[in-house]
Amino acid sequence: MTEKKKTQFNILFSVIALLVCAGILFYVNNFTKPNFMLRTVLQLGAIYALVAVSMNLLNGFTGLFSLGQAGFMAVGAYTFAIFTIPVQSRSGVYYLYGVADWLSTMQVPIWVGLVLAGLVAAILAAMIGAPVLRLKSDYFAIATLGFAEIVRIIVGSTPMNKITNGSLGLKLIPKFPNFYFPFIVVGICILIVTLLIRSSYGRAFKAIREDEIAAEAMGINLAKHKQLSFIISSFFAGISGALMGMYLGAITSTTFNILLTYNILLIVVIGGMGSISGSIISSFLVIAAREWWLRFLDMETYIGDFKVPLLKSGFRMVVFSVILMIVVLFFRRGIMGMKELNWNFIINRLDKKKKAGGEGYE
Amino acid sequence: MSNKVLSVQDVTMQFGGVVAVNNLTLEVHKGEIVSLIGPNGAGKTTAFNVITGVYSPTNGAVDFEGNNIISNFPKGKMEKMYAGENKGKYKKTLEPTPDKITRLGIARTFQNIRLFKELTVLENVLIAKHMRMKANVFTDTFLLSWKEEKKMKEDSLKLLRILDLYDLKDEKSSSLPYGKQRHLEIARALATNPSLLLLDEPAAGLNPQETDELTEFIRRIRDQFNLTVFMIEHHMNLVMDISDRIYVIDFGKMIATGTPNEIQNNQKVIDAYLGVADDE
Amino acid sequence: MTTNAFLQYCLTGISIGGIYALIAIGYTMVYGILRLINFAHGDIFMMAAYFMIFSMVNFALPWYIAIIVVITATIALGVIIEKLAYKPLRSAPRMSIMISAIGVSYFLQNVATYLFSALPKPYPTIGFLTKTITIGGISTSVVTFITPILTLVFVFILMQLINHTKIGMAMRAVSKDFETSQLMGIKINRVISFTFVIGCLLAAIGSILYFTPRPSVYPLAGSLPGLKCFIAAVFGGIGSIPGAVLGGFIIGLSETFIKAAGYSEFSDVFTFILLIVILLIKPTGLFGEKITEKV
Repeated sequence: MTEKKKTQFNILFSVIALLVCAGILFYVNNFTKPNFMLRTVLQLGAIYALVAVSMNLLNGFTGLFSLGQAGFMAVGAYTFAIFTIPVQSRSGVYYLYGVADWLSTMQVPIWVGLVLAGLVAAILAAMIGAPVLRLKSDYFAIATLGFAEIVRIIVGSTPMNKITNGSLGLKLIPKFPNFYFPFIVVGICILIVTLLIRSSYGRAFKAIREDEIAAEAMGINLAKHKQLSFIISSFFAGISGALMGMYLGAITSTTFNILLTYNILLIVVIGGMGSISGSIISSFLVIAAREWWLRFLDMETYIGDFKVPLLKSGFRMVVFSVILMIVVLFFRRGIMGMKELNWNFIINRLDKKKKAGGEGYE
Repeated sequence: MSNKVLSVQDVTMQFGGVVAVNNLTLEVHKGEIVSLIGPNGAGKTTAFNVITGVYSPTNGAVDFEGNNIISNFPKGKMEKMYAGENKGKYKKTLEPTPDKITRLGIARTFQNIRLFKELTVLENVLIAKHMRMKANVFTDTFLLSWKEEKKMKEDSLKLLRILDLYDLKDEKSSSLPYGKQRHLEIARALATNPSLLLLDEPAAGLNPQETDELTEFIRRIRDQFNLTVFMIEHHMNLVMDISDRIYVIDFGKMIATGTPNEIQNNQKVIDAYLGVADDE
Repeated sequence: MTTNAFLQYCLTGISIGGIYALIAIGYTMVYGILRLINFAHGDIFMMAAYFMIFSMVNFALPWYIAIIVVITATIALGVIIEKLAYKPLRSAPRMSIMISAIGVSYFLQNVATYLFSALPKPYPTIGFLTKTITIGGISTSVVTFITPILTLVFVFILMQLINHTKIGMAMRAVSKDFETSQLMGIKINRVISFTFVIGCLLAAIGSILYFTPRPSVYPLAGSLPGLKCFIAAVFGGIGSIPGAVLGGFIIGLSETFIKAAGYSEFSDVFTFILLIVILLIKPTGLFGEKITEKV
């Protein structure tokens, strides 16, 4: 198959795949009960997919091991909430401390709020990026983790009462206007990241991941490119934070604690560091397992008079973390490794199978 | 002089109390192939690392195509510890990072191959072209500068074709045979459009036949790409065969310079390589 | 601030600093040998607290037996974690082993939630440790008073062990050059296990001293102290034991004084800012050695 034809096929298949996804969403939206678990899984999965992809851009593609994603999500979520909570319900939200004057009448549409959420996170990343990015691997991880904690503490502290409502958190954040909203936003964002990865800048990021010294010797300005990757990653983390806020409706600073970062990191690892499609698949799988398939582990169950052992509240997360450890230890490359799930990948896989089968006959 | 491509002046590189390169002065002229040789640990790679901006020298300066690109003098803690010569001759501090040096037109390869292992041959070369790109991250992401991307790709493919790597363009670079990996390192360096190419032991790990081919290969690229080549090499056949001039260093100090013939008959060089008996 | 109050805060600061120092040693030793930030160390410290509740409340053991049980169980936990989660990744990239450590931390927190529920559990009181004593106008509990002393005693013993015994020499060799010491016939796995034994022993003692004056334990109780102790280790120069001790005391003291000044909300912020500042000014910490990558 020539290169051109391959591309054409790819586009055709991608369009079909997109239509199938849209069809599934349409079906779930119109023909399932509103409290059907799959709805939750799909929406939450999409949000996690975006933040996992944003983390992957940094950890998997640029080789910068960051643990600050929850911090940027917090910034995004709070920015979004502050600017979009309806003016008329503000007095209810800030019932205890009151609301800052400049804020009391300001409200922007949710689209603007989303972009703002991303921008504020990105600006913050730009500010801390220059010093923090000079640090080597482990130190960078700890510094970003520390930064995320600082954000969390500041956001929930008393001097911020009139803006972030301190430790009470914010509520009445606008919900998704419709079922499709999160999928559209996440789809656009991930598309942009994918395009970025495929661009020359994306290749430069990968070069930094592979070998910093060689990348620099090839004329790549390390500081600039790391900064770019950090800012872009934070931008999308901010947007996913805003989506998380919309999904939950209410946030406090503890929503974005270290466990959230760990969750995201483990999703990225399971999907494969350096694979966007891996992160997406793994988000949905992990969320489905955690919120849906493994739910039964939390219920005390009787079969006749026999009480099934171990099952009680909290067991689900234990099993879940055991699965994670197994992946981390024995399937280190995750679901996709560094490969992407596209039509070439599938065709190659099938070819291999065919070849393997063929050899078997001879 | 206008045809002086590289001029290293009084460069001293001192790590703590250890003087790795001591007052090294050398020059490379346009179109030449010059070798830097010396026993193991003589400070050759350190000299390369100074020229390419990986280390900032403790003292001394480097000029490239007539412009001063690197300059430094001992200061801070080093001021007292400095054990080299020409203290006080240089007053300017100019410490560009390696990427700036590459942008000026000095490309290098590494002694222990440093390819981007998980990426394909073509991607390795494309990355070297990235720094010349005019598009910014927005236009590049949103495919607005697709023309430039296309041109980059065409240029890279052309380069791979010239260097006999075209058929391997979609292979993962770490899966190439060793000799091809060395070629790819050179190809990648060439993709940065250098006027000066620094090769750090290009023949290391190659078999005799591959080494012979390498001689031809280096000459060919020198002519085809209008290059000046400065290389470190241990393989004496290759060095003597290919070099216009040779610099010999030992313990960081230059001990001889001249044509291959002169070097082969230089007693100091022979002593440095074979060692001098203590009772002499 | 009166002199008395000042001295009181100093004592509190030194006391909490001593505990941080004990835990920081665990981080710094593991990092020195495996180049791994053992993210699970803070959670091992938390588990030690639950072991105490278990032995004193559920099994009604007297405190002196309970302490032995806690120390043994904590050491066992640490060594098992090393064998199961870190050993298989010896040859893997460093990022993988760090991820594994994060996975273990996540696992321990979930296990603690499952076994003991997310609700805070009261920490048992060890009779004589909570008694109040008065020395020169400062009244304080015994535990606050003996913590710094205990810390210094342990550090002294540890330094003797590292500098004057065979296993100590092996540890120093492994931290200098992992591969070469392996070639020299040092049993790497024994050295690593031994490192975890010491780290967990100190974490168990630190846990008893830390939780005694505090009311309760909950599954996330280890993560923030753990992080702070890691910062203490980085501050002092990771890999250096005196550095970790000094870092622990500095962080403990500054935290106490910030709280005393009325900014208790921001004491942790200060710690993290301290971390970022020290990393930027002197990335290797106060006593750390510089490592440069060979080109």
